[in-house]
Amino acid sequence: MASNKKYWQSVEELKGSSIVETLSKNEFVEEIATDDFLGDKETLENSSTSRRDFLKYVGFTTAAASLAACEGPVRKSIPYVVKPNDVIPGVADWYATSIADGYDFANVLVKTREGRPIQIMPNKEANGTTSARVQASVLSLYDEQLRLKEPTKAGEVISWADADAEIGAKLNELKEANKPVVLLTGTMASPSTDKIIGEFITNNPNVKHVVYDAVSESGAADAMLAMHGKRALPNYHLDKAKTIVSFGADFLGDFHGGLEKQFIAGRKPETGHMSYHVQFESNMSLTGANSDKRVVVKPSDQIFALLNVYNAITGENVPSQATSIDAQVNDAVKALNKAGSKAVVLTGLNDKNAQLIALAINKALNSEIIDTVNTLNIRQGNDVEVAQLISDMKAGKVAGLISYNVDPLYSLSNSSGFSEGLKKVTLSVALSTENNETVNASNFALPTPHFLESWGDTQFDSVTYGLMQPTIQPLFNTRQVQDTLLKWSGNSTSYYDYLKTFATTNVLGGSSWNKALHNGFFTREAVGEVVTEDIEQVEVSVPTVASELASSAKKASGFELNLYTKTGLGDGKQANNPWLQEFPDPITRASWDNYLMMSMADARELGFSNPVKDNGAIDGDYAKVTVNGVSVTVPVMVQPGQAKGSLGLALGYGKTFGLKEEMKVGVNAYPLYNGGNNIQYNVKVDKVSGTHQFACTQVQKTIAGRHDILKVASLKEYNTVAPKDHKNGWNKPSMVSYDHQEVEANTIDLWDEHNREVGHHFNLSIDLTSCTGCGACVVACHAENNVAVVGKKEVRVGRDMHWLRIDRYYSSEVETREDAKKLGLSRGDTYRALETEAENPEVTFQPMMCQHCNHAPCETVCPVAATSHGRQGQNQMAYNRCVGTRYCANNCPYRVRRFNWFNYSNNNEFDFNMNNEYGKMVLNPDVVVRSRGVMEKCSMCIQMTQATILKAKKEGRAVNTDEFETACSSACTTGAMVFGDINNKKDEVASLVEDKRAYGVLDYLQTKPNVIYQVKIKNTNEA
Amino acid sequence: MKSVPLHSRLTTLLFKSFTIILFFAFSLSSYSQDVDVARQTEGRKLFKSLCASCHKLDKKLIGPALGKVEDRRENDWLKSWIKNNVEFQKVNADAAEAAEYDASAMTAFPQLSDKQIDDILYYTSVGDPPKPGVVDDEAGGNSSNDGGPKWLIYILAAAIIVAFLIIASLLKTISELKGAPKTKGAVASLNDVWVAFTENTFLKVLCTIFGLLIGAYVLFGTLFKVGVDEGYTPLQEIAFSHKIHAGDNKIDCQYCHSSAKHSKHSGIPTVNVCMNCHKNISEVAEDTKVEWDGMTYGKAELDLEIAKVYKAAGWDAENLEYTGDSKPIKWIRVHNLPDFVYFNHSQHVTVAGLKCQKCHGPVEEMDEMRQFSPLTMGWCIDCHKETKVDLKGNEYYSKIHKELAKKYNVDQVTIAQLGGKECGKCHY
Repeated sequence: MASNKKYWQSVEELKGSSIVETLSKNEFVEEIATDDFLGDKETLENSSTSRRDFLKYVGFTTAAASLAACEGPVRKSIPYVVKPNDVIPGVADWYATSIADGYDFANVLVKTREGRPIQIMPNKEANGTTSARVQASVLSLYDEQLRLKEPTKAGEVISWADADAEIGAKLNELKEANKPVVLLTGTMASPSTDKIIGEFITNNPNVKHVVYDAVSESGAADAMLAMHGKRALPNYHLDKAKTIVSFGADFLGDFHGGLEKQFIAGRKPETGHMSYHVQFESNMSLTGANSDKRVVVKPSDQIFALLNVYNAITGENVPSQATSIDAQVNDAVKALNKAGSKAVVLTGLNDKNAQLIALAINKALNSEIIDTVNTLNIRQGNDVEVAQLISDMKAGKVAGLISYNVDPLYSLSNSSGFSEGLKKVTLSVALSTENNETVNASNFALPTPHFLESWGDTQFDSVTYGLMQPTIQPLFNTRQVQDTLLKWSGNSTSYYDYLKTFATTNVLGGSSWNKALHNGFFTREAVGEVVTEDIEQVEVSVPTVASELASSAKKASGFELNLYTKTGLGDGKQANNPWLQEFPDPITRASWDNYLMMSMADARELGFSNPVKDNGAIDGDYAKVTVNGVSVTVPVMVQPGQAKGSLGLALGYGKTFGLKEEMKVGVNAYPLYNGGNNIQYNVKVDKVSGTHQFACTQVQKTIAGRHDILKVASLKEYNTVAPKDHKNGWNKPSMVSYDHQEVEANTIDLWDEHNREVGHHFNLSIDLTSCTGCGACVVACHAENNVAVVGKKEVRVGRDMHWLRIDRYYSSEVETREDAKKLGLSRGDTYRALETEAENPEVTFQPMMCQHCNHAPCETVCPVAATSHGRQGQNQMAYNRCVGTRYCANNCPYRVRRFNWFNYSNNNEFDFNMNNEYGKMVLNPDVVVRSRGVMEKCSMCIQMTQATILKAKKEGRAVNTDEFETACSSACTTGAMVFGDINNKKDEVASLVEDKRAYGVLDYLQTKPNVIYQVKIKNTNEA
Repeated sequence: MKSVPLHSRLTTLLFKSFTIILFFAFSLSSYSQDVDVARQTEGRKLFKSLCASCHKLDKKLIGPALGKVEDRRENDWLKSWIKNNVEFQKVNADAAEAAEYDASAMTAFPQLSDKQIDDILYYTSVGDPPKPGVVDDEAGGNSSNDGGPKWLIYILAAAIIVAFLIIASLLKTISELKGAPKTKGAVASLNDVWVAFTENTFLKVLCTIFGLLIGAYVLFGTLFKVGVDEGYTPLQEIAFSHKIHAGDNKIDCQYCHSSAKHSKHSGIPTVNVCMNCHKNISEVAEDTKVEWDGMTYGKAELDLEIAKVYKAAGWDAENLEYTGDSKPIKWIRVHNLPDFVYFNHSQHVTVAGLKCQKCHGPVEEMDEMRQFSPLTMGWCIDCHKETKVDLKGNEYYSKIHKELAKKYNVDQVTIAQLGGKECGKCHY
């Protein structure tokens, strides 16, 4: 073998072209045109190719082919010419940076291997959090399909120098003529960029800066400006709140960028207190699913309810009207009054008046929870200015348009107006990271780097100044927008120097730049612009506002549509990201789609249904939704807990321009998003023909009486009732029959117990109280473990590869067989009651992955011992040993094993990140990419635990307390997932497994899982 | 009787040695007639330790070539320059001009005595002592004869077989001559054996089973070798000899493979690491020999190999500066593990303190790098089963080991007992 190899390698490697290659390619494939001499008799006869020649060729080919087949693969090792000091091949480097892509803002840490970013984690020191989208944004960096690679003019590649010269000349011309030019950007929340834009405008007084957010929170910012003299979003310290009343504000979703960390910090049952959270909403949102009390109410009634709360709190009598939920409103008011200054009211309606009323209520409550001083800068979009811009453009009043990272042609409701206006603009320049419709329609397209390739600074709130640093050399010929603007302003400084000077002189105040860059943030105390509260305290006339608001709500008729953003795709900026497309929605569990959410009652009335196919997939009927004369056709998903008379539809889908075929899914809902208002009234719904095929990973179901999966208790029970009490306990041990007697399940065992006290023993604790279902862990798991994306068709037939899924369970009044017995239901009725969703079910999320059972059912059935148990508690899976019998998956009670039905990498049938050179750069080199025909599952991040152990060994010390981490536990924003070594009694997890809330799922099976859940505690009876 | 050849061999040996010594002595003495060996040796020693990093005798390096420098400069001038060239420049215009040769200033050597400087200068004029080339050549010739070409073995084997056949036929003829009954011809007797064989069922079954067993043995033996590349010796782009670097010059393995102690990869040295030394070593010593791809590379070939390194680093050997036109060297990986195996060098090098040679074999004796170990799972596991964990001074092991030693009732646990045999430790 070895000598063969050497021979062929040397020829190929040293001479550049091997004989095999030359023979097989040139002489036979190209030069001999077989048609010429085999085509017809005449040519054949005249041909000089004799039989001997033919035999020679045959012999040659056979020999060449067989010799080529003998050749073993040659792997090259190519070192750097000069190794950067901080790179050691095989060792990960972490950089602190920030993401600010216009919709997602976070202080993050980036893991790089050999100069390639491969994972994003929250920068917990900077109080950073990551959502599924932030986690997935590392893959968007490698989006070779959509990213702009070269500057172009009218589609033709142009050099930067030429582009600068041409655009510069044109800008000068427009400046001389004093013709208006508009700089249209998304929210950047970057103080230095603001300064650069300011200087650009000083240089070109004809330029105006308009901020446009695809998904707008303009109403809240405008209300803040009116009430508190500052155009920004208020911050909410929900951790200190006693009562939270929200009217449609999805603050665990995208409202104000997500407030889940603060919210969950105020909900720790161990302290004996939890905030009481009432959610009034029409769509079933993540926030509603996590609320203590969810009141289903359509948007127009939310407005009246909000006004009623205002009236009840202040004792005023602004115009409103009674609603069907007045009783619940009164309860909420009682809770608000009881909490006093520790109460807060939020509303998610993007309406200045509604936001003003909420601010007024908080003022009346004297709420300490709302913070109008340390505000959020992450949504600066101004709907009024955007509307003005479009009408100006249509009127031909705008001569130049420079856009940066926005796609109004896709995300504006009146994109046709924008398109019409754009044609009248003489100079249109689009600076963008990704290609999109707007870029395509502009004269110049100038590529900008991804945030992971950029320098920058961020100021999300007034306290934390974040820095952004490149973690990779730019992949394409890109230039930062700041550099471009500096250049166009005639400033030859590079943005890096500018930023460093800016930060050192304006922010750091003598502190080290390098240290700030290393940390990724700097906490500024009263530095920067000083904002005293209520500078220009504008007197807002609440009665006027209220009457305007009430009259707008009174006009509501027909269906009311609540447009929202999904946890996966958000505003749709990352629509070409396969991780996010395959990410199942936390509520509906559907991936690769958006849909019209409709209440069960309405669906029954209009004849919509979601039949479940025998392979577990669900279908849906199409509906034509008409708003304001614009209609779109969307599939309908019947959603438990949707308010009757209301509809829900997600923005961010239906993007097609430049996307891969597989990613062109869903329906664009932006055309219905009139005036940036997330509530649209007078909506018409018609059933149209056709059946839509959903890719839904969990059929809607109740827990069907199996209480051992989920355990939920109220705070009162938690505080007063003994958990293990066999009668009333909220964490009862499961019982089995042994020797005709009911005994506790954990006293019976089929197997002998191993001694597990030596060495490490890993456990993962998951607190169902703290888990909001946000799914950041799901994407973190994808990135860490090279989990494959399989595509919509495969997900539909249940072949998704998620190692970690978040099960969503609905539960209703009749939750268990015992409940049914109490209610005196017959057997048939019990099942019907269990299966039928209530109008407003309770929702519980449960992250589910391999439970690493100490007595694992999968291990005993594997015929080749490919799955075995490690002494450290991990259930190990040796892929190279697996022969794919799938017995293990069959025998797993938790259904967490995933089978590779196909080769998902290097396979032409799949076009996701593992099938192109750029996308593969995101793969974690420490974890193998599994091949076809093998089983895989959660490994409890054994590569991470082993790396931690090795680090300790190398440093000659014991492993530190809480040093062990998994990808999911480090991604978890709320601290619901805690990983560690239970043999180290100081580890947090060691006490958690002993906690009175701790239980194992399906523990009566005696699988003795190493994943421990904490009973979910709800604050239901506080009000 | 038997002592004679031994005696004669001993005599030859003594005679040969004597000749060699005589020759050597003669050559030395003839040389020492016009060269003061003591001064030359002392000067050479000083030159190598103090000057050689910047100067060569015959070639420009960072500083100018110094061969016969006394022909160009006065002895006093040189002494002043060597002792403190900065001070000397202030008083001597000629020296100030000389200082412009290179931007980097020459180190001052005030510690050198006049005698020492004279020795150095003496060495620069007489150069290196000549090599005892003849002796070396002879030794080289002997060593190549030691191995003996392979065809010789075949010829010998063939000769033995032929001899055996001749003896057999002679014996046969002798026995026939002695009056034994004339046996049948060879073909006829083979026929008889065949007939007997076809009639004996037991023998047939036995042969079939035997054949199957042999077939199975050969088949499995072949299959188990699939993907086992023990001895794999790919031809590299540059004739790099580990023997010269790690063996002759005793460079520590981890000087070049520096990430072995930190990382899973041992790390192929980057070109700048080569240049740390090769900036000054542009050619190999006169008599360097490297066995490369079945050929013997001498100085002529090897200097070209160093030039390849310069090309990769973008080093202009004439002007002694980097051109910036660099290109990484494409080495071929010798040790390949499948993707589904996780191996970490630092675990074995830093934690276990293993010598590289444990797995990579006598690298310091290899001109051409080859895969020494089979790198199969059985090979890994065998070592993990046998090797006892070295616990000294590592806090990590102290607790776990005490408990494990108690559990297994041993003084020192093996790696396997620590969990080094679990699938998941290497497969993820």
